[in-house]
Amino acid sequence: MIEVLKSGMHSSIQDAGRFGYRELGVPISGVMDKNASDLGNALLDNSIKAAVLEMIMIGAKLKFHAATFIVISGANMSPKLNDIPQVNNKAIAVNTGDILSFGAVTNGLHCYLAVKGGFKTEIVLGSKSYYYGITKYHVIKANEILSIDSFSSSILKNPQYSKLKSYDFSISVLNVFKGPEFDLLSYTEQKKLLNSKLKVSKLYNRMAYQLCPNFENDLNSILTGPVLPGTVQLTPSGKLIVLMRDCQTTGGYPRVLQLSEASINLLAQKKERDSISFRLKE
Amino acid sequence: MSYDLKYKRYGERSILIEWPQIIDENILKNILNYKIKLKNYYSKVKLEIIITYNSILVIYNFTIDNINDEISMLKSLYSRSETQEDFFGTTWEIPVCYDEAFGFDLEHLAEEKKLSISEIIKRHSRPIYTVYFVGFLPGFLYLGGLDKSLYINRKSIPNLNIKKGAVGIGGNQTGIYPKNSPGGWHIIGNSPIDFFQIEKQNPCFAKAGDKVKFKSILREEYVSIYEEVKNNSYQIKTIS
Repeated sequence: MIEVLKSGMHSSIQDAGRFGYRELGVPISGVMDKNASDLGNALLDNSIKAAVLEMIMIGAKLKFHAATFIVISGANMSPKLNDIPQVNNKAIAVNTGDILSFGAVTNGLHCYLAVKGGFKTEIVLGSKSYYYGITKYHVIKANEILSIDSFSSSILKNPQYSKLKSYDFSISVLNVFKGPEFDLLSYTEQKKLLNSKLKVSKLYNRMAYQLCPNFENDLNSILTGPVLPGTVQLTPSGKLIVLMRDCQTTGGYPRVLQLSEASINLLAQKKERDSISFRLKE
Repeated sequence: MSYDLKYKRYGERSILIEWPQIIDENILKNILNYKIKLKNYYSKVKLEIIITYNSILVIYNFTIDNINDEISMLKSLYSRSETQEDFFGTTWEIPVCYDEAFGFDLEHLAEEKKLSISEIIKRHSRPIYTVYFVGFLPGFLYLGGLDKSLYINRKSIPNLNIKKGAVGIGGNQTGIYPKNSPGGWHIIGNSPIDFFQIEKQNPCFAKAGDKVKFKSILREEYVSIYEEVKNNSYQIKTIS
């Protein structure tokens, strides 16, 4: 078991997502940076479906009531185990009574804690991913107990390796495909969009990232159609909105671009004022 | 019936199939038919299919290696003969209280449309609406069939806290908010019914192709149905 001493700013249990329920209007959810959480799970020899703790901006403080192994991945939140600094992307043995604490991010935005065997929280509609209205809670709370399995130190004697690599969060270029309404933009507008120097606005969360400045356009709204995480919507008032993991399943704004899977993960490590530009993949 | 469809790549893992941009029951039938063919063809593959008024999005659980091959396959599947299923299933009777305690925007709508409040209620509860798809929020039904005299543009500034059960009109659409949510529609009433019950095997009772009829109820009835829903003893009525 893990006892939550401090919850952090917005910490939740997430896994690979709630695949199969979007036809009922249920978002896919799941980890924002799948590359980082997959890396953590791989280093523990976990299934890629194993649930992890996702922390945003400011991390949690946790007390372990079981021995296990952990990996911290994604954003750097200056993790400490019993006040001793730890590094990301490395399996760490943890004992009963140990206290793991995280600070504010120094690089990136989303930090992951993977535990050997994954978190054993409730499964709703085939997933452990927290989402308001679907799971009982949408964030973890102080004094809450999170269930995990206990592993003795005989396991994981040899360090695990993974082909996955942590990537450089400072890369600002996002790879994109044309969205369904890209061709409704004029040639000049298409060029301008693909050459835009954009920044993350102050409005960003698990549902969507709003970019700035505005992008003037005269596209009309469309008949409500399907949308995906990574869809870049362009509103009539010129707002560029990149949908993320908790996004709605359908929407009525023109879908001008679609981020590649790797670029969704990269964007998840950006925060207010970080620079963004697009590069079109054919 | 066969349409000239557009097939578009949508990211690494999805293909979007589009019909003409209109709300039409023949298109809905065609979409539901195609969806069944897709589900049968891919019965052993893990994928998701989202439908809307004029599109099907096929979301694979893997990167599509050869987009052109996949699209040819989808096209040949579309040209196969249609299944003979009757998609137009259940007609659900949805109780709605149009009392001004719930219908915050009724007065404004009445002024804008130069209709009395009772006339708006009559015109909203008279049609039998078609469920085109479920989207936006868990259990949010996209309905077609709104009386043209009630069309009204969405609010320019969305309301940040629309209550669960709120019945609204936005553009040429009407619908019920299944949970508290921000939204830009004009609110004219509230239904005491749950549109998404996570503990049920089938969390959302209505599906694409079903019909919906609103029944105007008084505040007293609202309260008693609300209690029944809370105690899990309310049975949603169907019209045959």
